Amino acid sequence: MRFVLNGRRTDLDAPPLKRLLDVLREDCGLAGTKEGCGEGECGACTVLVDGAPVNSCLVPFAHVRGREVTTIEGLRGRLPEALVRGGGTQCGICTPGILMAASALGPRPTAARVREALAGNLCRCTGYAGIVRALAGSRSAPRPRVRSAR
Amino acid sequence: MVTALSRLALRQPATLDEALRLLRDEGPLVPLAGCTDVYVGFHFGTVAARRFLDLQALDELRGIRRRGETLVIGALATYTDIIRSPLVRRRLPVLVEASRQVGSAQIQNRGTLGGNIANASPAGDTLPVLAVAEATVVLLSAAGERRVPFGSFYTGYRRTVMRPDELIAAVEVPPVEGRQWFRKVGTRAAQAISKVVMAAVRAPHPRIALGSVAPTVVRLPRTEAALADGGSLADAQAALLDEIQPIDDLRSTAAYRRRVSANLLAQFWSETAG
Repeated sequence: MRFVLNGRRTDLDAPPLKRLLDVLREDCGLAGTKEGCGEGECGACTVLVDGAPVNSCLVPFAHVRGREVTTIEGLRGRLPEALVRGGGTQCGICTPGILMAASALGPRPTAARVREALAGNLCRCTGYAGIVRALAGSRSAPRPRVRSAR
Repeated sequence: MVTALSRLALRQPATLDEALRLLRDEGPLVPLAGCTDVYVGFHFGTVAARRFLDLQALDELRGIRRRGETLVIGALATYTDIIRSPLVRRRLPVLVEASRQVGSAQIQNRGTLGGNIANASPAGDTLPVLAVAEATVVLLSAAGERRVPFGSFYTGYRRTVMRPDELIAAVEVPPVEGRQWFRKVGTRAAQAISKVVMAAVRAPHPRIALGSVAPTVVRLPRTEAALADGGSLADAQAALLDEIQPIDDLRSTAAYRRRVSANLLAQFWSETAG
């Protein structure tokens, strides 16, 4: 079955109802996408399908035929750096899902929009304040020059 | 993941006609749309079915449009489609509100209105809205079309009038006169299944529907009549408490649900006054 994975055309044979999460981790070797609850509550397995965040634990592989899938491995831009600098990460299990959900926001989102976009992403470490602070006002699009950290 | 997904069969029709033929000739097949309910069932091993029908390619079931004065919402419209639709926002803003409170952005991007109806949970967030809007469910089968008033779609807990060879094609919503009101009460703002969910319309004859307080979503005809006849709010609340049969479950208690339902009626009535 053909689909686009992180910008690359991919042709892969897997059972049609296999979870996209398992296809990514087992068949594609992309272990950045995490399994948390496995029932669509925690958002740890969030990836983008045609640019929209979805829980990959609830998506059958058949549903990405001909579509573009973006995982944390394919995420471009400065969001990860913003999250690290802002102290928005601790144990790291929820972090890829947080970044993928946040990446669907436009540039410089308000704190309220970040909270709404991340309502389906549970973090048991940070208490969310650091995450929201780090991502509110951040740019999601790549910048031409990378500033060095002070 | 309890269910062995590689052992399940999936039929993937390319057209609506093919899908209806498969349902007639090779059923029973369980239709799959956004999968946000079915995959939770797979995870817990509670789905008995082994053969499924993928609706994904059936563009005939997508789309939100107007036909004369009627709003037609395709069964495969996602919550995100509904939230973004200027037509729904104008005609049935409470459906937008309900959709915004389903799950999370990730769920809203996948879950469909047809799925919420077919899943037949008494807690379905959009169902009280469809009840007060007096929507019609359009069912299709190889034998033809059947139009079912939403008020007679459910026959009991998780039971509907649908036959195994039928698909939900669309929901038709006539114009709704009066001020629309919606409120969901859950454990938290997102990712919560409702403890009580109410939709209502303030009109000379008010319409009120509640979810999570009975085996199915319910309209409250005697509560509505009490308010329409100029009865006091207390009379209407007494009628309401008589018309619902909430239970204790893992999300809430019957007593809490009764109290909250009566309070929601008061909130609806005061917020839509004048």
